[in-house]
Formats: sequence, structure tokens, C-alpha cells
Amino acid sequence: MNDQTIYDRLFGKGGHELIFNGLFLQGTARVGGQNVAVIGTRDHAAIDGSIALQITEAILNVVREDVASRTSPRSIILIADTQGQALSRHEELLGLNGYFAHIVKCVDLARRNGHKLLTIINGEAVSGGFLSYGMMADCICALPDAQVRVMDLRAMSRVTKISLERLETLAKESPVFAPGAENFWRMGGIHEIWKEQDDWPQRISNALAHITKADARAEIGLERGGRHFAAPISKLVAEA
Amino acid sequence: MSGLQISFLEASARKRLIGLVDANSFTEFCPPEMRKTSPHLALLDIPLALDDGVIVGAATLAGHSILIAAQEGRFYGGAVGEVHGAKICGLLGKALTDRPSAVLLLVDSGGVRLHEANAGLIAISELVRSVLDVQAAGIPVFALVGGSCGAFGGMGIVTRLCDEVVMSEQGRLGLSGPEVIETVKGVEEFDSRDRALVWRVTGGKLRRAVGEATQLVDDLIPAFRSIAIKLTEKYQSQPLASIDLDSLLEKQAELVKRRARFERARDGLEIWQEVFSEPSCVPDMTVADFNRQLGVQA
Repeated sequence: MNDQTIYDRLFGKGGHELIFNGLFLQGTARVGGQNVAVIGTRDHAAIDGSIALQITEAILNVVREDVASRTSPRSIILIADTQGQALSRHEELLGLNGYFAHIVKCVDLARRNGHKLLTIINGEAVSGGFLSYGMMADCICALPDAQVRVMDLRAMSRVTKISLERLETLAKESPVFAPGAENFWRMGGIHEIWKEQDDWPQRISNALAHITKADARAEIGLERGGRHFAAPISKLVAEA
Repeated sequence: MSGLQISFLEASARKRLIGLVDANSFTEFCPPEMRKTSPHLALLDIPLALDDGVIVGAATLAGHSILIAAQEGRFYGGAVGEVHGAKICGLLGKALTDRPSAVLLLVDSGGVRLHEANAGLIAISELVRSVLDVQAAGIPVFALVGGSCGAFGGMGIVTRLCDEVVMSEQGRLGLSGPEVIETVKGVEEFDSRDRALVWRVTGGKLRRAVGEATQLVDDLIPAFRSIAIKLTEKYQSQPLASIDLDSLLEKQAELVKRRARFERARDGLEIWQEVFSEPSCVPDMTVADFNRQLGVQA
């Protein structure tokens, strides 16, 4: 599906005004008759400092506009399509991690100012690029074809010196290291995976209606049987 | 005894932590005796650490109560797995109830532990949320970076969320490590074996000069201790300002300006030229001289 088809399906034909600027996109869409802000990346963007600053400028604008107009804070839909962070000496020299930390703070400011945050993964969601904004939402949803990973198994095999065959076999039983939205779902890292035949606008409305502000991913991962240790160990230390 | 002139870089995580806090004040949570090891590393039949590569607990620092975590860079590069991440998240959760004077993170980590990559990435995103919650409660969080693995990947992001980032010259901070960039983009993009270049791009002096680190100290445990005391006391007398729209708009402008100012820079030397009157002397400057000259010219 191309971009237009995806956004028509998500928000209905005529239900969105999105502006594409290179790998960055922003605009407004309607969900259940309400305006929501849409901010994100496309074409498997490698997130560099410039894209990071486009994302943060857009978020800060939404927060500022709603404060200024004294309207109730709009929901923000973050579209994640990223192959990860840009790999570049120039970007590292300037402190790309600092730019990503700035995204994180801007998303969190929006949350604390009352904006509901929903991520929709369209395409790819990979490591640092996903971490900096997509994973910061209150609710994280994946479209049916979404590819979610830290590293593919071949590269992982090279780095860990564990044979590819062994990793492939283990990946069948454990969600803990192998790529796949399903694995992240089982571990609580993705809240919902939407199906092709679902009514996507309805799923967006439902997801926004049920958003909770506290981070419950460790408990969700425990319930779904994909992450048995995070919740109890965190509790053990918190209550020590 | 914390007065010994011990290198922070060369010390183990446990030695750093004990040397940093007041003598006999440390209580460990989820200690090695509890054997909370990584079940995922066990499945791969590879060596385990009884603390899963991170020590967490409570202590005092010049009499102030603090919570503290120290990552062990010598255990799988201090990388974050499910148990490791949950221990730090739990510590930050405890900060919300205990309300210590500060939370100290002795970061020494390459980021996500690949053997349990999905769990590690989710754990780091939970850590990010937890740090922000602690800060929102008015409790300052400091990152201390001076270990052999530095602070990279998601831990590079966590480090930059902290209210203070203390580095030694030997400490390194970034997102993608030089080896990763070289492997994917080629040696001409980043030669990871050129140690001087690696330090000029990711090291403590560079980070302090571009504003990514707030303090540069000597590579000595007592130096880290005295700055940690100073910072803890600073936030006692001048409470943490909350992150608001104005402060983030200001940060936005600063980051935009930095990109324009160093539009083509690929080497720390190009930054020294903008910041110091004698750029060639920067690598050999003592920390005291560096801080003095940076203060004069900033």
C-alpha cells in the first residue's frame, strides 16, 4: 500500500490533511469527529538530527497551540516508520543521542500536558529510531505488515557468535530476541496488532478511548506470558 | 576508604560505587545472593553474572540519602537485558516512594543486550519513562560516565535525559558506537581503530564542549565523588525545575543552532577551533585547564 492508501484507510478519504516533507510528515486528521494531530516519519526513515528536530518542532507546536487556544489537548498520533538512527560520524559528533533525548522529553511534555499519545507502526520500527518517539506513546499499535526489530538474526549471529541455526531454533520458542511484531506484542512492548480486515478508524477510536497514562508494559508482558521477569524484579527492588 | 587515588575507568562497577558513597553506607537491593540471573543467557548456555551486570541500592553521600545504580561494563559490555533493566527501573520506582536527595546512575553500557534484544529495548524504553517520572517528582537524576564501555545506544539517550551528565575525559557518550558505524558505512565514514579520532568524536572533552556533558572531571573515583556531592547539594538548595514548554522551546533553539554552527563538522578538532583559542592544545590540556578555558570562552 502506498502512503495515500494507508492514510485513507486509517482516517477515511477526506478525513486527513497531511503534509509530507521528505521523510517527515505532519498534519491533522479526524477520529470520531475530533481533530487529532498526526506526526511521524515515512519510507523507513533513518532518523538524524534534522528529522529529530522536525518531530520535536511539530510536537511543541501542538502543545503550544492548545495551551494558547485553551482548547482541550488534542490526541497526537505518532506514525513510526524508521530503520533506526542515522549512522554517521557527523551526527555522532553533534550528539545524536542528545537530539533523541530531546524528542523523548517533548513527547513526555505532551503526555503531561494531557495529550493522549498513540503510535501506529507502518512499515518498520527499529531500535533507536523506534525508542525515541514510537515507544514513548501511551498505546503502541502495529499495522499488519509492520516489521519490528532491534537487529536481524544474521547480524545478531555475527555479533553474539551464536550460530544462525541455533538462533532460528530458539526463536521459535522465545519472543525475547528475534524480530517480529508478534514477539514485541507478547512481551508487552506493543499493545495491539491490527488485522487487515479490521476497521482501522474504529481501532484508533477504541485505542484512544482506553489509554492510560501509567506505563503498564511490564505487567502486560507478564500477563501475555512473554516477559516473566521484568515486572516481579522491578517490584522486588521498588519494595526493598 | 574512598580517599584512594583509584582510576574510575579501571575500577569494577562495585569498586566505583563503594568508593563513591559514604563508607559503610551502602545497602544493596536484589544482591548477588538472590541469584536473579538472566534466564535468557542461561538458555543460550553462556556465562551468567549473579547481579546480571548491575548493582542497585541505597546509600548516603556526604550524609544525603541517595539511590544508586552501577553497570558493570565487563559483563557483556554493561548491556541491558530484562533483569538488568528491571533492577534499574525498580530503583527509579523506589525513588518515587523514598524521595532521596538524588538518584545516581553510573552508566557503563553499550545499550541493548543483543542476546535478549527485544526485552532489552523494551526495558530501556521503560527506563526512559521511569527517569522522567522521577524528575517530574522533583528528584534530580545524575549520570556518571567514565567506564570502558561509555554510554551508547539507548543508555546514551537515558544519560542525556539526566539533569547532570558527569564525564571523565576517558568516558565516551553517543548513540551508535564507532564499530557499528564502521561495519555498516565503511572505514572511511568512521575508523573505529583510530583511538584519537574516537575520543575526539565521543569523548568527555568533546561532549563537555558541545554541551552534552555538564561536568568534566579527572578519571579518579574521588573526583567523581566530590562532584556528585557538590551536585547533590546544589539541588538541595535550588530545587529541580520541571521540564516545561518554555525550557523545551529553548532547548529546541539551542539544538537548531548547534546543527547550523557545526554544519559540516566530522571531527572534534573542528569544534575545538570554534570554542578554544588554541585548538591544538585541547587533547593535552589538564581537566582543570580545560574547564577554566571553556568557562572563559563560553
